[in-house]
Amino acid sequence: MPRVSLDLPAIEVTDLRKRYGQVDALAGLTMTVGRGEVFGFLGPNGAGKTTTVKLLLGLARPTSGTGKVLGAPMGDLTTRRKIGYLPELFRYQPWLKAREVLTLHGELIGLPGARRGTAADEALGIVGLADKAGETVGKFSKGMQQRLGLGTALLGEPALIVLDEPTSALDPVGRVDVRGIVRAAADRGAAVFLNSHLLSEVEQVCDRVAIIDHGRVVASGDLDDVLGKAETQIRVTGLSSSDLAAIEPFGPPTLLGDLLAVRPMDEARVPDLVALLVSMGAKVHEVRSGRISLEQRFLALVSRDRPPAGTPSAQWLR
Amino acid sequence: MITIAKLTIGEAARRRVLWVLVILALLAVGITTFGVATLIQGARDRGLGDLAIKFAVSQILIFIAFMFGFVLVMTAAFFGSPAIATDLESGVAQAMLARPLRRSSYLIGRWLGLAVVIVGYAVVAGFLAIFAVGAVSGYTPPDPIMPIAYLAGQAIVLLSLTVLLSTRLPPIAGGAIAVVAYGLAWMAGVLGKIGIALGTGALVGVGDALHYLLPTDALWQGVVFGLEPPLVRTLVGDTFAAQSPFYADAPPPITIVIWSVIWVTLVLALAVNQLRRREL
Repeated sequence: MPRVSLDLPAIEVTDLRKRYGQVDALAGLTMTVGRGEVFGFLGPNGAGKTTTVKLLLGLARPTSGTGKVLGAPMGDLTTRRKIGYLPELFRYQPWLKAREVLTLHGELIGLPGARRGTAADEALGIVGLADKAGETVGKFSKGMQQRLGLGTALLGEPALIVLDEPTSALDPVGRVDVRGIVRAAADRGAAVFLNSHLLSEVEQVCDRVAIIDHGRVVASGDLDDVLGKAETQIRVTGLSSSDLAAIEPFGPPTLLGDLLAVRPMDEARVPDLVALLVSMGAKVHEVRSGRISLEQRFLALVSRDRPPAGTPSAQWLR
Repeated sequence: MITIAKLTIGEAARRRVLWVLVILALLAVGITTFGVATLIQGARDRGLGDLAIKFAVSQILIFIAFMFGFVLVMTAAFFGSPAIATDLESGVAQAMLARPLRRSSYLIGRWLGLAVVIVGYAVVAGFLAIFAVGAVSGYTPPDPIMPIAYLAGQAIVLLSLTVLLSTRLPPIAGGAIAVVAYGLAWMAGVLGKIGIALGTGALVGVGDALHYLLPTDALWQGVVFGLEPPLVRTLVGDTFAAQSPFYADAPPPITIVIWSVIWVTLVLALAVNQLRRREL
């Protein structure tokens, strides 16, 4: 097994560009993914997500820019031993049995012969295919094939796991399973690069996210950075500006007409704030707490400058 | 590379291709042996001598080898043309090439696995046919290894071409182009021989040039030479029959054999280069 430095980021790319003919698939992508974190990579169709994954794995070459994966140049042959990958188009030899696919990939990543069978069985167990080990892949449903692909990505305890739309063929139960598997891998110390359309999924499992559009990052950071901190909005009457000082222990308040906003504010303290307002003689009409969803933020970011669907200039984004 | 070669051989076995080939080879050998035995019996009934029968059997063997060679070449084309293209189209190759697997190892491994299957098929079917015919007719070529080696060489040349085409073209297109190229090379060989008979330098030049461009027909001459008894060469001599595609007065020159090895190496190097440059 190759040695990889734990000090260096799992992924570090700078001004990465990829041009296909006249189209810029990536137009200066810069991002860093740390060790042991689950990183959500979001973007609309054609934004450059899969292109990024292919560049990171050496399946395609950048037009310009630099990038390192686990401290080595992108596509470095030896480093690929420590990278697990579930492709968006997950296809494995249909004539092989599930366990054989995993032992084959175990051989390709250099697992010792004696360890391959055990590693394959462990991976099959993790992805819920232990009872299908002896079945040929050609008979698998799409969901089972995606689980198998996830199993190959987990083989050999990789330091970086790249998952391209890992739940696209899975039912809700499978999606929950994947969230658990991703978190378990991160707890083990692996970095997980999760390329997904399913924003709620990303919101639930990722430590940090980057939103990419037109080949460049338009927002990135932890969920608080990207979504903003949680706030509480209360429609209230009988409250004046002079009463705001008493509310400050809950968070910085603002009062606009009959709308009181406290941001940021811990959602758990909402009942206490309501009780305080009532004790102050105010009348509470409505309480809303939380933050905008990742979906709302995503749509706000990627819908800017986007022509309406169906117009000729929108076609290339598909 | 060995992992991929083993995987490819395993695929041929698992997909029952190997067994189909074995059954077809046994069928072909059975039919050939039965046909030769029947013909010999008929010839003996008509009072033909052993020498004439030996001559006739050698010509039948050459004709069977021609048909078998065509089947072998078609097998190589049908095996080779999807070897890379189908894996790339389906995504199977991407999953493997994201691993620490060089594209050259992947391509050469695929080629090697298919070459083992095809050469194995040529050796088993070829020896079975020669010895079965020998058992019923009493005629066995002086050096049975030579024609089988050249037959296998032809198939390896065409396999290499189809693997190269497979890095860029869909399977059907690659297979069709390779088979057409094989046919053209054979026809060019015939034209070259006609050129010799007629003393037409231009035709001879075309034949010679195509022997180097695609050396399958040049290797065919080795199959014919290996199957015919020396007596045939004495009988044919310098007559017009010497220019038949089913007659050879000498094995292919060593230069063409060496060139064939270089040709395969160059074509595989080009195939590796094409795959390396391809965005997956």
